[in-house]
Amino acid sequence: MKQTINFILNGEPVSVEVEPHLTLLQVLRDKLELTGTKEGCGMGECGACTVLLNGKTVNSCIFPALEADGKSVMTIEGLTDGQGHLHPIQKAFIEYGAIQCGFCTPGMVLSAKALLDENTKPTEEEIRHGIAGNLCRCTGYLQIIEAIKAVSGQ
Amino acid sequence: MKKFEYLKPHTLDEALILLDQYGGRARLIAGGTDVIVMIKQKEISPDVLISLQEIPDLDRINYNGSLSMGPMVTHRAIEKSEIIRKNFSALTDAVDVLGSVQIRNVATIGGNISTAAPSADTAAPLLALGARVKLKSMKTERTIPIEQFFTGPGETVLQKDDILTEIIIPKPLPNTGSAYWKHQRRGALDLPILGVAVLLSLDKATVTCSDLLCTASPISTVLHSLEGDEVFCKEVRIALGVAAPTPMRAIDAEKLLRSKKISDELLEEVAETAAKEAQPRDSIRGEAWYRRDMIKVLVKRMAMKSIERVLKPEETVFPVRLW
Ligand SMILES: Cc1cc2nc3c(=O)[nH]c(=O)nc-3n(C[C@H](O)[C@H](O)[C@H](O)COP(=O)(O)OP(=O)(O)OC[C@H]3O[C@@H](n4cnc5c(N)ncnc54)[C@H](O)[C@@H]3O)c2cc1C
Ligand code: FES
Ligand code: FES
Repeated sequence: MKQTINFILNGEPVSVEVEPHLTLLQVLRDKLELTGTKEGCGMGECGACTVLLNGKTVNSCIFPALEADGKSVMTIEGLTDGQGHLHPIQKAFIEYGAIQCGFCTPGMVLSAKALLDENTKPTEEEIRHGIAGNLCRCTGYLQIIEAIKAVSGQ
Repeated sequence: MKKFEYLKPHTLDEALILLDQYGGRARLIAGGTDVIVMIKQKEISPDVLISLQEIPDLDRINYNGSLSMGPMVTHRAIEKSEIIRKNFSALTDAVDVLGSVQIRNVATIGGNISTAAPSADTAAPLLALGARVKLKSMKTERTIPIEQFFTGPGETVLQKDDILTEIIIPKPLPNTGSAYWKHQRRGALDLPILGVAVLLSLDKATVTCSDLLCTASPISTVLHSLEGDEVFCKEVRIALGVAAPTPMRAIDAEKLLRSKKISDELLEEVAETAAKEAQPRDSIRGEAWYRRDMIKVLVKRMAMKSIERVLKPEETVFPVRLW
């Protein structure tokens, strides 16, 4: 039986009818047409589907959509300021070559945001620990770590 | 993914009634990091999921010497708890390396032990810490030692209508340290080849060494330079994960050490005994002989780490490096 969920999506309240077996990722991509969030493994392993739920990263591919009811969700689309200006983390990723194919990038950027929101000056070890749930097959991670360091002023 | 209904009871009693009503057609869901993956992989196909998320207080952590945790405490909450880091370090060691931040933000300790994977990272620490678990159904409520909880790979004493409602860790003796090592191939997002947890209670928290530099040295050196200042083991629990069909205690090894004077040689013997007691098997992650060899190495090191945490509590607690 379909149920209605209400949540804050990128700062705006939304109301969606969903089947109970849908994941948050399916609702974001298929119902709300926000395709910035990617599906890689679909099993919680790769982090491509990472979104922020009440400010914390979750793998939306294994997160039941109904559990987003009453919460606040941020996807990569919500990170820009609405006038097309990129977030400083996104700018740093471009500057440091932390993006190649870009498939891991939305998730990686949101993991970086959650990390920096909690810890404004993470050590390299803390950065590695913080992005361990985001696989990147292209960059070899070093550029990503450099970009995150740069945003935190290191 | 297979279709299912999704129910969100607001009280524990309501959840127990639903569970009783749907019987085997329903599954509890906590963080869902096991349940949803199992449904996607077609290992289970419940008609109904009963979520524990809306039930208040199941995610509480209470500390008054002993520790009480609701089943919905996330691994991330444990990771962040300074009280747990300080007093029940083996548990912090386990959650620091469990899954990823994304997984730890939603995955719960109750779900981890209820799935009862041989590789469940919190199982061995909970055994070493002497945890008890409370199980509740509509008809009964019982509290059992965690040793009795696991009955086989993926199997526990939980009945279809039971909910795990509390995990209780007793107050440790004075001068207690504990440590867990997850032996894995990569630094993150891997399941353990082997998990080793040790808890040690000593008869004192300070030692005098033969030379001044000794207190700054690794514990193995400290143990060698104790001249006349003996350290005794008051209590010890050694627990192994992925070393038998269920997480296990190495009881014979513990007996060798309990009430004895601690020495490097004795710890070696204890570790060898633990390796003999274990019943590891060959699996894709590692062969039995290798696991046995590593038990020998890691039991001793985790004992040393526990001692270090008693004698040098101000030093780093996170065993990201063994030494
Ligand atoms: C990518 C990935 C990496 C992982 N890495 C690790 C790892 O490194 N180490 C590790 O140990 N595990 C790991 N896991 C497994 C999983 O995340 C953990 O076992 C987690 O703790 C399960 O908790 P949950 O809240 O998500 O449980 P759920 O999936 O919600 O539930 C798990 C099981 O427990 C039952 N259950 C839940 N709560 C209760 C309760 N209160 N009473 C009775 N039954 C209950 C459910 O019915 C279900 O059968 C990983 C999983 C993924 C997807
Ligand atoms: S798509 Fe969700 S973790 Fe890989
Ligand atoms: S840039 Fe291609 S996967 Fe990371």
